[in-house]
Amino acid sequence: MSTKLTLGPVLFNWKAEYWRDFYFRAADEWDVDTVYVGEVICSKRSPFFEPYYGEVAERLSAAGKKAVFSTLSEIMIPRERKMTKSVCALDDYPVEANDAAALFHLRGKPHYIGQYVNTYNEDTMAHLVKNGAQHFTFPSELYAAALKTLVTEAKKLGAGSEIMVFGRAPLALSARCYHARAHNKIKDNCQFVCENDPDGMELRTVNGKAFLTINGVQTMSHTYMNLAQEVPEMMRWGLDYIRLSPHTLDMGTVIEVFQGVVQGRCEPLEAIRKIQEIDASLKFSNGFFYHKPGYLWQSAA
Amino acid sequence: MNLPNNPPELVCPAGTPAALRTAIDAGADAVYCGFQNATNARNFPGLNFTPEEMEESVDYAHKRGKKVLLALNTFPPAGQTSLWKQAVANGVRLGVDAMIVADIGVAHHIATLYPDQRLHLSVQAGAPSVEAIRYYCEEFGVKRVVLPRILSIPEIKQLKSEIPCEIETFIFGNQGLMAEGRCSLTNFVSGVSTNFDGVCSPPSDVTFYEDKNNMLCSQLGEFTIDCFSCAQGAGYPTICKGKYVAPHRDDPYYAFEEPISLNLFDLLPQMIGAGIEAFKIEGRQRSRAYIRQVVSTWRLAVDSVMQGKTIPKADLVALTEGQKETTGAFRSKKWR
Repeated sequence: MSTKLTLGPVLFNWKAEYWRDFYFRAADEWDVDTVYVGEVICSKRSPFFEPYYGEVAERLSAAGKKAVFSTLSEIMIPRERKMTKSVCALDDYPVEANDAAALFHLRGKPHYIGQYVNTYNEDTMAHLVKNGAQHFTFPSELYAAALKTLVTEAKKLGAGSEIMVFGRAPLALSARCYHARAHNKIKDNCQFVCENDPDGMELRTVNGKAFLTINGVQTMSHTYMNLAQEVPEMMRWGLDYIRLSPHTLDMGTVIEVFQGVVQGRCEPLEAIRKIQEIDASLKFSNGFFYHKPGYLWQSAA
Repeated sequence: MNLPNNPPELVCPAGTPAALRTAIDAGADAVYCGFQNATNARNFPGLNFTPEEMEESVDYAHKRGKKVLLALNTFPPAGQTSLWKQAVANGVRLGVDAMIVADIGVAHHIATLYPDQRLHLSVQAGAPSVEAIRYYCEEFGVKRVVLPRILSIPEIKQLKSEIPCEIETFIFGNQGLMAEGRCSLTNFVSGVSTNFDGVCSPPSDVTFYEDKNNMLCSQLGEFTIDCFSCAQGAGYPTICKGKYVAPHRDDPYYAFEEPISLNLFDLLPQMIGAGIEAFKIEGRQRSRAYIRQVVSTWRLAVDSVMQGKTIPKADLVALTEGQKETTGAFRSKKWR
């Protein structure tokens, strides 16, 4: 099987109609194999998107794309437990687990494992496969040698493998909302201040250096992970899917460029140049892949 | 207040064999510690135990009726699992009383090869819900969960009635702000991972410099984490306790939390009343003097509650990070 593209779940609090239209475009226009739908970051956001889940999933399916429902990455309070149980009960679409509470519900039926479950090694993967996992997206902080072993082992276990290659890197989750905190609020009275930052709220150091991005309870990199140069190597390992994480920039072009790389039509350096053309202010990083500080950017050029 | 039939266990940290003996002599019921490598989440130079030291320490503890809990609470990266398996084999051979695990693969390995080995679920597994905890209990026979520091006491009480294992909660010490086992901030800045190298804010990456306003600034890797005036004295740079600039705020602020430590001294009677089986003190990186003072203070406090006496006042603030303390999420959900 040749390597295919996926669109990860939207991680930000987009306006519901914008969110819906983004997925409609994915269905109608974009050359991706699999699209992940569902709120992964904050259970308070979920009610805005839920009314569109059915429509979006049907449109994706009708367009020949595989829709997968992703669960929350943090599950603690009754509302979150209930949400997770109901997503995991879906029969029409596969479900991607992002927390052990989802693993609890999904045991015994085929399911996906998302990048917020700590699949760091082959033993963990084997245990999850025994319980029905058939597809893995690995944590972003892993380096090439570990990823290569995971991809190879996934193949032996008959499971699909996926690595995120574009977008702000997920770095941390917390029970506390840092978007609310930045506005002197708490999670319970947040007034959804995160919706004003559709690509996250940037944090700089006191001396002005771009550093992190806040997305509610999630902390991400300021840089955009960009593994265009590394995709050919991952393809040689036998990687099944590369994941592009949605942002408000022109995702259509990003998808086209990565398709070009996968199909060998576009040289990786050309790919990087084309993505930089979308937005000259984008800073890329690929340090994790090289077992170096994650924010670093190493170009083959 | 209803007191439990069995007194709660006081679980104390040890970074060295001397600290382990100090903790036991000061009243610890159990001591947790790790080997000198990435198999535990406090993999710092000069800390932790060789197998020989572990053997002597287990012997010291067992002769006094106390327990040794082996921290194996990191996530082996693919291709490197043999280091963790060796640590497990050593732990079994030396007769540690429980292994504290976070990784599903490590838990699977122990439960399959050594089904009689008692397992505790590390806070690094990040399991705060009924379902997540039941998952680990049912899959691997976990006997105790160390809860993340994000639940209030009523929530813990509720949780307790719905899970088939014991609960251990932190009561004192340093507190990270991010969900345990799900934080790559250190790796992002320094290239070593908390999850698979067992290191948060490595000392080798810490530097200090004076800026143009004569402030002393702490730096981790290439990134400034905080700045201090002479009067304040500079703290150790941890990313989740740093000061940053956000677009709509005029001044730098503690975007996650200020340098502060958890201290649940005043909540102890309530927590014992909630039936929590074990209380954990953080600080394997701390000195023997610290261990002696903190452990003996908490020993007295737990015993006082169990005997229905008033807890003697104690000043633990001076020992905390930044000399500031918080009850975190335990008192109120507003913490979130």
